This record gives sequence, structure tokens and C-alpha cells, in this order.
Amino acid sequence: MWFAGKLISVIELTSSKKNNLLTAAAGLAVGIVNGLLGAGGGMIAVPLLKKLGLSQKQAHANAVAVILPITVLSAALYLIKGYISLTDSFVFIPGGLVGSLIGTYCLKKISPKWLKRIFGGFMVYAGVRLLLR
Amino acid sequence: MKWVALLAGLFSGIIGAMGLGGGAVLIIYLSLFTDMPQLKAQGVNLLFFIPTAVAAVTVYGIKKQIKWKIVLKVALWGLLGAAVGIYFADLLGGKLTSKLFGGLLVIMGVIEIFSKKGCGRDK
Repeated sequence: MWFAGKLISVIELTSSKKNNLLTAAAGLAVGIVNGLLGAGGGMIAVPLLKKLGLSQKQAHANAVAVILPITVLSAALYLIKGYISLTDSFVFIPGGLVGSLIGTYCLKKISPKWLKRIFGGFMVYAGVRLLLR
Repeated sequence: MKWVALLAGLFSGIIGAMGLGGGAVLIIYLSLFTDMPQLKAQGVNLLFFIPTAVAAVTVYGIKKQIKWKIVLKVALWGLLGAAVGIYFADLLGGKLTSKLFGGLLVIMGVIEIFSKKGCGRDK
């Protein structure tokens, strides 16, 4: 997909050294978090991409594109290290694909402020339980 | 078990697509509510993410919403970071890594609760 040069946007970075440094540091951080914790690269990638001039919506779309190759490498390394086997995730994928469709649809319908609160609370609860385990 | 797995996948997909941090859901489920070791749970989540992400990137690509030049730049550094991250996961082991993951969840959860914006991707 990378060779699709025609897709490269005309929007250029204000290519200062500062931006390059920011890109390198944040890119590294995205990879480290995603590799170390198996998730969470998006929370760094989205703000970075916004800082580089993308809109919120664009930042989310492009963050997925950034994280995809990183995840493929991470998953491959987890496989090589023997933490997982390729079939381990299969049972979850059908539900996941249907869920994505539902989520995308719901996104257009509601602005889930309360949903954020509930899910945030759940994350805190789960985090505390992991910490105290 | 199969129904529960289907539901876990479903919720991860919904929450992921809504930009609420779906990546965490499956790991939380596997790590807290099944006996799966932390690093295996993380690995399963990585594998789980790939097909959905391929579908999403394909759609965004066709719509010409992907800024390939920027993506490539960030992703190359990210690949290096991923190798570093996994080196540390290996070094720390599952137990310590799960504490780090727990700490991250608490921080992210608090941010999510107090965030004033609506759904991220909606903007």
C-alpha cells in the first residue's frame, strides 16, 4: 500500500527540524507502547498527527494506518517469542468485525458523552484491579 | 465460552470503532476475566486488531484520507519502537507488564471521564 504514491497528499508538513524531532520521538513512543502493552498506540498517534496539521477525523484515520504496520511487526515478534499462536485470536475476530460496523454506525448517530464516562469508569476499575492483583 | 468470546469481540469492535479505546477491552477481558497470561492477552489483541485495521485503512485509502508521507514517517519510527517495547515486555515479564498496563488504564480512564469533548472521531 505504501507504493501508492498518487495517494500522497499535497498537504506538506512545515518541515522544520522541530517537527522531524517530534515525529521521531512520538513515533518511537507509539511503537514502544504498542509493543510493550499490546494496545494504546492511538492515544499518542492521534495527538501527534493533530500537531502535524491533521484534523481530528483525519488524525483518527491516519493513526490506524500508522499503527497497522507497527501492530503487524509486534504480533510477529509475539509469535516468534512464543507468547501466542496464530489461531489464538480467531474466535474473537467475527464479533470484532461486526462490532466495528455497529460502532461506526453508532458514531454517526450519537455523541456518547455518557458512554465515555461509563467506559472511563470501567477502565479505572479494571486498572485498579490489575494493580492490586 | 464461545458466546462470551463473541461478545468480547463485539464490544471491543464497537468501542474501538467509536474511538473510545477499544484496544484495551479485549486485553482487560482476557487478562482479568479469563486466566490468560498478560503477554498472551496482549498478543491476542494485536492479532485481533489486524483484520479490522486492514479493512479501515483500505476504506480510508480509497477515500484518499490517508496522508501516506506522514504515515510512513511516523510508522518507521514506530517499528523501531515496537522492537524496543517488546524487548522490555520480555525483560519485565507478564506480571510487571500487567501493572504497567493497569496504571495506563487508570490514567486513560480518568482522562476519559473528565474529557469535555464528545466522541473523538466525530469531530
